[in-house]
Amino acid sequence: MTGYVIRRLAILPFTLFVVSFFTFAIARFGPGDPITVTAGQIRDREVLARIRAERGLDGTIAEQYIRWVGRAVQGDLGESYIQRGYSVRELIVPKMMVSAQLNILAIFFVFAIGVPMGLIAAWFNGKWLDPFIISALLFFSAIPVLVVIPPLQWLLAVQFKILPVGGWDGLIDIVWIAGVIAIPVPDPHLYLPLLVMTIPGFAGVARLVRITALQVASEDYVRTARAKGLKESTVALRHVLPNSLLPLITVIGLSLADILSGAYFTETLLGIPGIGSFTFESVRSRDYDVILATTLIVAFFFIVMNLITDLAYARIDPRVRLGARIDS
Amino acid sequence: MTTTVTPASPAAATLPRQRGPVAQFWYRLRRKKLAMISLVVIAVIYGGGITAPVVAPYTYNEQNLENALQPMSSEHWFGTDRLGRDMFSRTLYSARTTLVVSVAVLVSGSLIIGNGLGLLAGYRGGWVDNAVMRVGEVLSALPGLPMLILVNAALGPRVLEFVQWAQQGTPLAGVARDFASYMTVFMALSLFFWVGTARLIRSQVLQLRERDFVTAARALGGSTSHILWKHLLPNIAFLVVLQISGTLGGVAGSEIALTWFGVGVQPPTPSFGAMIYEGSGARNFQTHPHLLLVPGLTVSALLFAFVLLGDAINDVIRDR
Repeated sequence: MTGYVIRRLAILPFTLFVVSFFTFAIARFGPGDPITVTAGQIRDREVLARIRAERGLDGTIAEQYIRWVGRAVQGDLGESYIQRGYSVRELIVPKMMVSAQLNILAIFFVFAIGVPMGLIAAWFNGKWLDPFIISALLFFSAIPVLVVIPPLQWLLAVQFKILPVGGWDGLIDIVWIAGVIAIPVPDPHLYLPLLVMTIPGFAGVARLVRITALQVASEDYVRTARAKGLKESTVALRHVLPNSLLPLITVIGLSLADILSGAYFTETLLGIPGIGSFTFESVRSRDYDVILATTLIVAFFFIVMNLITDLAYARIDPRVRLGARIDS
Repeated sequence: MTTTVTPASPAAATLPRQRGPVAQFWYRLRRKKLAMISLVVIAVIYGGGITAPVVAPYTYNEQNLENALQPMSSEHWFGTDRLGRDMFSRTLYSARTTLVVSVAVLVSGSLIIGNGLGLLAGYRGGWVDNAVMRVGEVLSALPGLPMLILVNAALGPRVLEFVQWAQQGTPLAGVARDFASYMTVFMALSLFFWVGTARLIRSQVLQLRERDFVTAARALGGSTSHILWKHLLPNIAFLVVLQISGTLGGVAGSEIALTWFGVGVQPPTPSFGAMIYEGSGARNFQTHPHLLLVPGLTVSALLFAFVLLGDAINDVIRDR
């Protein structure tokens, strides 16, 4: 176990190097020169060369990369090419916060609703309700977000005028009753993105919970529990339920790994100032340092969360032996 | 979980003994109504794509500005878009785009690279396994969509240049642009789509290689390629069938997403992504719902069909 952790940690810098270099090279290899964008009207060779040097865009790719890493490890992620005078960090951090809030809420609801759905489906296995729940959830997960958002906006915002078309205004609104009592309510801008971000997620969670619950229900210890004369509800709650939730750890870990990356389509279509919509603006305007920083932060978080998930799983389920190798 | 057909199961007992595994698989799949409906939906959409040049009443870029934004009629079954192009014809040609890209990625990225590396990594183990899995880990750590967009943006112009150069003077020169935009999307998607397949296959091979028949084959002096090809591949064949459905659906979704953002298939080559983009917006939907609904419903039907089919295949394989 310790050896495995050390090995995984030892690979970490290497993985990060490959990820960052790959992104760096691709970003530099792409069309559109940020220098000419920065220079604007000026076409003077000397000025261009000076901007190039200032931005650290002179020399070979390897030199540029080393210089960039040198600054990045000190927390200096560079300056935005497009939004002049802003450091990448001050641009990215608030947007990541918005995305993170939205993502955490979405993940919470995906599991809070998806897990019971899966358990209900498993409970009604063999009856019509089981395939019905699963197919209905699968249907919702198959419709692309791109297709579903405009009709929802039209229906809820234009036709019935119960929700705003898009935008972002924090998590909580305060409603004043008679100007005296303050009641915190969820901000109305939240409903539409949450709806679109959670519903497609139910199917995956519910299916996983259902299949594990069915597997667990056919285990010997469940039969033993029944043979002891325990009530069916006790068997379900005490023996089947806890064991069916075990594989969820991996799934929850993996979805937590994505917290910092935005919901690209939802944010873009609904005009939410999160990291997803910002990434797209940056890719479109070739704001290299923003793209690089975003990619790296997301990748770093993903790798670390992956590691934590693996370790947590091994800790909880003693049957999992990490790094066990069969010699061929 | 065994992928080979186990004659001990009650369903198999009713089967004629002589049938091969493929026939048995098909026999069980055929009894699942949803799977059959899905197959029909997929066949209709893909068939429309294949026969588009014959079936389509108009070409995909035939404009008629006086006839723009027409609702559905007998003349234009699915109406016309902003430039007066026939939506039905465009849908057929978009299905063609989706078909070409997803089959190309399936064959190269998923079937050849994914299965090949997965088999090799699982069977050889050691540094080969480590190398493949680490590369996969790197690729899966990269945030998918922005990376795809970056790769596509970086590759696009170069692929186009190359294709135009390669086709200079040949009769193919006219289709260079179409071909280049397929190629770009295909290369970018292949780069990322092999990882999942390789992981799945590897984990299966890890279990299989400890089985007696593999040990026997090795003891009899079978070479690595012989064991991979003759002993391991047939045993993961059903997993491959499962991947086909998953990959085709996944690639179709990615291609549409990429094109929606303007870095996938380039106009005038038609794509569902571009059609959906043109139909987006609440107001737009209010005044001309068919702009979004025609491509949107087609895509949703296709993706849903793939999900249901994959589910059914999964059930058949695991014999649940």
